[in-house]
Amino acid sequence: MPEIKLAENTVQLIKDVCAEFENKESELINVLHKVQGKFGYLPAEVQEVIAKELKMGVAKVYGVVTFYSFFTMIPQGEFPISICMGTACYVRGAEQVLAEFKRQLKVEVGESTDDGKFSINCLRCVGACGLAPVVTVGEKVFGRVAPNQVKKIIAEYRDEINNEEAKTA
Amino acid sequence: MTDTKKQLRIALRNCGLIDPEQIEDYIAQDGYFALGKCLTELTPEIVIEEIKSSGLRGRGGGGFPTGLKWEITKNVKNEQKYVVCNADEGDPGAFMDRSILEGDPHSVLEAMAICGYCIGANTGIIYIRAEYPLAIARLKTAIKQAEEYGLIGDNIFDSGFNFKIEMRYGAGAFVCGEETALIHSMEGLRGEPTVKPPFPSVSGYMKKPTNVNNVETFASVPVIINKGASWFNKIGTEKSKGTKVFALAGKINNVGLVEVPMGTTLREVIYEIGGGIMNGKEFKSVQTGGPSGGCLTKDFLDTPIDYDNLIAAGSMMGSGGMIVMDEDDCMVSIAKFYLEFTLEESCGKCNPCRIGNKRLHEILTKITEGNGTVDDIERLKVLSNVIKDTSLCGLGQSSPNPVLSTIANFGDEYLAHVKDGKCPAGQCKSLLRYDIVEDLCTGCTLCFRNCPVGAITGERRLPHFIDQSLCIKCGVCFEKCKFDAITLT
Repeated sequence: MPEIKLAENTVQLIKDVCAEFENKESELINVLHKVQGKFGYLPAEVQEVIAKELKMGVAKVYGVVTFYSFFTMIPQGEFPISICMGTACYVRGAEQVLAEFKRQLKVEVGESTDDGKFSINCLRCVGACGLAPVVTVGEKVFGRVAPNQVKKIIAEYRDEINNEEAKTA
Repeated sequence: MTDTKKQLRIALRNCGLIDPEQIEDYIAQDGYFALGKCLTELTPEIVIEEIKSSGLRGRGGGGFPTGLKWEITKNVKNEQKYVVCNADEGDPGAFMDRSILEGDPHSVLEAMAICGYCIGANTGIIYIRAEYPLAIARLKTAIKQAEEYGLIGDNIFDSGFNFKIEMRYGAGAFVCGEETALIHSMEGLRGEPTVKPPFPSVSGYMKKPTNVNNVETFASVPVIINKGASWFNKIGTEKSKGTKVFALAGKINNVGLVEVPMGTTLREVIYEIGGGIMNGKEFKSVQTGGPSGGCLTKDFLDTPIDYDNLIAAGSMMGSGGMIVMDEDDCMVSIAKFYLEFTLEESCGKCNPCRIGNKRLHEILTKITEGNGTVDDIERLKVLSNVIKDTSLCGLGQSSPNPVLSTIANFGDEYLAHVKDGKCPAGQCKSLLRYDIVEDLCTGCTLCFRNCPVGAITGERRLPHFIDQSLCIKCGVCFEKCKFDAITLT
């Protein structure tokens, strides 16, 4: 196993989460949920720490991380954009909305923009079929999205980023 | 929903009427009355008999008789047993479980405690998708309030019966709706199904007898206890009793949840409750049962909906998703869409599902891109049947259903793709062709200026032309032309 290069306090944080679940192997999914909630993603080194704490093989942890679509090993953008690909959204044109996001941001599904601000993902039904097609950005939900609104949605967040930067500058 | 006359709300009885974060609201609607009655007046045997004679069947899609499931779990001897609520609503287009959990969480908690009393379990676990944060929050509140009132916990209603409820979170895997996969996921493992038997009723969570029921099934239980099995079994058809919640979505005017007695026809649901098709378009198909179901034509509109009729029609009840499609939807593309879902969600454990569905998807892609042959349709059928017969779990066994049902019901559309190179719905871009009618074109250059790939050439005031080798079939010229000079074939 390669030496773990994570910062000490990061390692401690992961250890604390594992301890919270009594270092039980059967709590792996709950541990992963919590750790991903803190870091945004689950890189290999983080998985190694978890495996050690729960006294199980890294391969097993990796197997679970890659099995479930909720867990990711790639960092998300600051504003993760998710396009619902459930059937109701699909028949109401989610594919065209997705294509427009890809075109505007110039990234593929599962990737982040170079500045790390946006990432695109597809979701399997958020259960808001009455609002189809649905797009979520972080926790905010956009309903009945048409391809020509995509530019505006992105601009909304770009403004937010610019304002933040202006404040800190 | 405009027309509520056709509806009858049992599972959704309190949704939207009570404050789900106030247990007092639920109690005011006879909440926890059924649990009290069971614990203080009835023996587990009598309660199970009541559920059995009510005719309630599993609302998650399987349709297994609920009372029988409880009885089987009860009869297995073990000190430790579990009641599990399957709230891993993964079927795209279905959101009835989310609505119940968000709108009436106590009805599920009450029913789980009743089930625990019947089968001899003192622990209930709700397995819920992490994608439903509001439902999770409301359940947590509900559990806390019920504990404070002593309605779950130790010695409920001074009966000596103890019952606690915990929660586990899914992490985005459709296959975890399958009982055995769900149990593995609860144990912190990959959610892969295993061969049944042993059934969870014998060896489930932590190898202990486990009774798994769906949210909607549980939500119906307190009503049956309160109003009696003989009231419940008068509703519905001969073999499917009570009501079913459907999530009506797609190209329909009124989108939302409807709860109707079993035996209501598709026409009543789509036209009378759903208000018909959007934008005055023609009804083409209704898809029930999600990725495991099938697409029904207008010939089935007068079929009374129940478990058995839908299976006979080549679809299934599933969890209750109902997606309506109009004349603009290409059925080959729809079949392909569902297979994309299955491909992504297949756990990969057994070959027919992992590899077979991949091959099905490749053939469908070939057809939608205009390279299919008549033989491909036959190949789809043969391969679909092999996957159905040889897959390990319900996901694989039902994954070819959208393909088989679209071939059976919309065979002409497949033939149009492979024989004539046309997509009748105009959805498969590779099969479209835009042309400019020379006589109608005024040479206004509007299409020329708007074409994103420079496929249109022509002099001002003279007819323009589309270079088919450059055209990406985006349809912009067609929309922009003011003289109807562009045809789509």
